[in-house]
Amino acid sequence: MIQLEKRLAPSKRAQYLNPFLAVALTMVAGGLMFAVLGKDPLAAIRLIFFDPIFSEQFGSYSRPQLLIKSAPLILIAVGLAIGFRAGIWNIGAEGQYIIGALCGAGVALAFYPMEGWFIFPLMVVAGALGGFLWAMIPAILKTRFNTNEILVSLLLVYVAEKLLAGMALGLLRNPDVAGFPGSRDLRRYESAHNADLIANTGMHWGVVAAMIAVILAYVMMTRHSLGYQVRLAGQAPRAARFAGVSPTRLVVVCFGIAGVLAGLAGMFEVSGPSGQVRIDFASGYGFTAIIVAFLGRLNPIGIVLAGLLLGLTYIGGELSQMMLQLPGAAIQVFQGMLLFFLLALDFQTNYRLKLTKGARA
Amino acid sequence: MILGSIQPAVLIAALMVAATPILLAAIGELVVEKAGVLNLGVEGMMILGAVAGFIVAVQTGNPTLGFIGAAVAGGVLALLFALLTQVLMANQVASGLALTLFGLGLSALLGQSYVGISPPRTPKLDLGPLSDIPFLGRAFFSHDALVYVAIAIVIGVLWFLKYSRAGLILRAVGENHDAAHGLGYHVKRVRALAIMFGGACAGLGGAYLSLIRVPQWTEGMTAGAGWIALALVVFASWRPFRALAGAYLFGGIVVLQLNLQAAGVKIPVEYLSMSPYLITIIVLVFISSGKARGSLNAPGSLNRPFHASG
Repeated sequence: MIQLEKRLAPSKRAQYLNPFLAVALTMVAGGLMFAVLGKDPLAAIRLIFFDPIFSEQFGSYSRPQLLIKSAPLILIAVGLAIGFRAGIWNIGAEGQYIIGALCGAGVALAFYPMEGWFIFPLMVVAGALGGFLWAMIPAILKTRFNTNEILVSLLLVYVAEKLLAGMALGLLRNPDVAGFPGSRDLRRYESAHNADLIANTGMHWGVVAAMIAVILAYVMMTRHSLGYQVRLAGQAPRAARFAGVSPTRLVVVCFGIAGVLAGLAGMFEVSGPSGQVRIDFASGYGFTAIIVAFLGRLNPIGIVLAGLLLGLTYIGGELSQMMLQLPGAAIQVFQGMLLFFLLALDFQTNYRLKLTKGARA
Repeated sequence: MILGSIQPAVLIAALMVAATPILLAAIGELVVEKAGVLNLGVEGMMILGAVAGFIVAVQTGNPTLGFIGAAVAGGVLALLFALLTQVLMANQVASGLALTLFGLGLSALLGQSYVGISPPRTPKLDLGPLSDIPFLGRAFFSHDALVYVAIAIVIGVLWFLKYSRAGLILRAVGENHDAAHGLGYHVKRVRALAIMFGGACAGLGGAYLSLIRVPQWTEGMTAGAGWIALALVVFASWRPFRALAGAYLFGGIVVLQLNLQAAGVKIPVEYLSMSPYLITIIVLVFISSGKARGSLNAPGSLNRPFHASG
């Protein structure tokens, strides 16, 4: 008879191996799904995971896209992972991302058409502040009124989406073009444009911000006492309280960091790759970042790798939509399966299978 | 006066329809949470139910079969959650989120060729002379069967939890799984069954949206209804009748908001349609703070994993 036995300590090997296994299993299951949809599974997998980088045909377009898609994912996931480590569930990053974008774009449009070096830095500050304040709503409701932060942060995503629609149709709408909803194109406004730092690489300020965030988060988690408190609160909440870790402070800090980073991601997106405040601006980065955080083992370095991989699936998804007429939703299913497999495999991190002789009561 | 144009009987009838999807999802989740499991995948199970019910109803031309298909689809997706959290001991919050992300994607994939189609009409239940009573007939007795099925499920759950032996076991498992295990009850089996019941209810709720309330299939059409249902369980302090009252209250707000939109109030639609989410948040704040302290009524083992050692 087979029994599950709890390991005395989590298996390090399983912890590092599982993300790779999960990706492999997702490729197999995804291939099956593509086959059911009547597409050649090998061609689809190749198109999603290899062609965006290695293909002669699309490479020149899609290689820069890798940084563009991965940067917001990494930026958001790094912030979320800190909270997840402490057992604080901010699942409303999508909303914080939208509000960051609205605030950043709002500052830019307020100054239009004035040019000045100070406009872009101001937008960065506004974006970070917007995301921070939006994240403070669930944080303060949690600490002050003990309201469930999971539900509030998630419900605020819908509020942010409505606000985005309201802004795109109302306050931030481009007054020069009648009939089209959406703001002015920030890419045509030099002082506000988050342009490629090196032309045609996709290397914009958001990528730089993501790198800085990864390094700072790594230092914080391994070297700073705050990182220690986060890890302690996640692993042993009671012990953490005895050690003087304030749960209230931790909630505010974790939500604050995640909010700032998500707000920044939104701001860099709206001022660069997207360019406009549009109704369809939100593309689900805030939710995909949750998968990135888990796949990266809640570790900043791991998140970089996971972010690049999920960024790749975004581009591959677009390619397969064009080339194979695969529905866009297929890639969402793909990402969902990835998280499923990872969670399923993770049982061997904490448990092991044990064979016992005969049936025992 | 804008509100003057709203007829009370029509309003009540409309709010019962608006409340039914979240009521169905919430009563299912209430049972799940009473068993000590937090399934955040309600939104995913709901939307899968919405698309599955729609497809089955369109293919067979029979809405009843559609609803059955939706319940099965929700239950199967919930089974996946049970496998992850009960057998493979995965984190419940993460698994629930995975369920939602997966369900949203899968439903969009399945439903892509069903966009823009009208489903077969679900007939109103013929209640004979009851429907002809002035006011009451229009408000309460001229609905489709699912409105009454939802109420019946609430009453059934109330009876089950309060008076049946199985319900007592389920509550014991949710309050203290170690003690329940010590008494010889199968904690995981009870939980898996509760999770599947929750999934089936969420699926029904989703199908109510796509087959009756809207009635059409559009991607992401649940638009947070599953999350509102989760909030409703907290609002109800895990009591079935309060869930019913809460759902109808919420339905009333939604209908009022829609009426204000239709009446052409000077607030843009985008801002008016924020109100269901904002009101849910405000109500959550009131419930979780102050003297009421509804959260104190939460099942003792909620969101705690159980693994029998030895």
